[in-house]
Amino acid sequence: MKDRFPDGLRELLEQATAAGHPPWRTLLLPGDWLLLLAASVLVAASYPLLWRGGVADRAIVKRDGQLVTELALNVARKYEVTGAIGTTVIEVQPGRARVLSAPGPRQYCVQQGWLTRANAVAICAPNHVTLQLAGRGGRNNAYDTLNY
Amino acid sequence: MPMTPSTIELPVTADDYRIARYAAAAIALTVAEAALPSPLPGIKPGLANIIVLVVLVRYGWRDAAWVSLLRVVAGSLVIGQFLAPGFFLALAGALCSLGVLALAQHLPSRLFGPVSISVLAAFAHIGGQLALARAWLVPHDGVFYLLPLFATAALFFGAINGLVAARLLAIPVATTAAAPPTTEAGS
Repeated sequence: MKDRFPDGLRELLEQATAAGHPPWRTLLLPGDWLLLLAASVLVAASYPLLWRGGVADRAIVKRDGQLVTELALNVARKYEVTGAIGTTVIEVQPGRARVLSAPGPRQYCVQQGWLTRANAVAICAPNHVTLQLAGRGGRNNAYDTLNY
Repeated sequence: MPMTPSTIELPVTADDYRIARYAAAAIALTVAEAALPSPLPGIKPGLANIIVLVVLVRYGWRDAAWVSLLRVVAGSLVIGQFLAPGFFLALAGALCSLGVLALAQHLPSRLFGPVSISVLAAFAHIGGQLALARAWLVPHDGVFYLLPLFATAALFFGAINGLVAARLLAIPVATTAAAPPTTEAGS
């Protein structure tokens, strides 16, 4: 197997596996430690900074495209909205919301389950009711789960 | 095996042999790495960059640029990616990291070793790839949601590659490294 490697790689492999190396930690200079530390902090900071946008804080309920109500996502509650063919029940829990029951024949919006991210939508078309989550930032509002 | 003598003679210098040897090593690592499964497209160890680092420290930026770009072009030919989107992403990453290497090689070597250079180049690599992906492949800010993952991978693999390169560089350079091969057939 080793014979098939190009010369340069074989040579490097032989050097790397040869005995008498200094311990690994001596290969890190003070500046390296500093840079690794700074880079780790930056990388760790990038998670909350770049992933905050998707957090939803309110649920918007609409009927025939008209706003019915906005529910804050910080208290658990249920909300009933009367649509074209019956009553749709929206359930809100801290940080998430779902359509608990709907009169539609196929129950798509119910089976969609909990919505957790901003701009996620559940549409109960037969009853003309939609449930949409909205976030704080206001960024990316042109995109929802439909044209995702 | 009898071969028709070549009518074209290209003068080959010791530099060319040296670059070709290291580029071959880098291409071999690229091909080996292509067989590794990846959790996310774009997250790869980038083992070939170990070679680029070694060449940079031993022979300077010009040789490192040759090895890096030969690796991108020939490596993509071997794994069948030439002119595919992945090729352009790799090229963008390689160009960006070469730009950073040109600056990073002037860091005071008393304080900053290959690990620092490797981590900086790894960040430049994902930076270039993401910038091209944003501008061309996914024209939506959504690609930046992946930035923390890519940055984590860059930090991790950059540090590992840098350590391996530092270990290789701690060995005195082999005397045969610059000598042209003597058993070349048909030359």
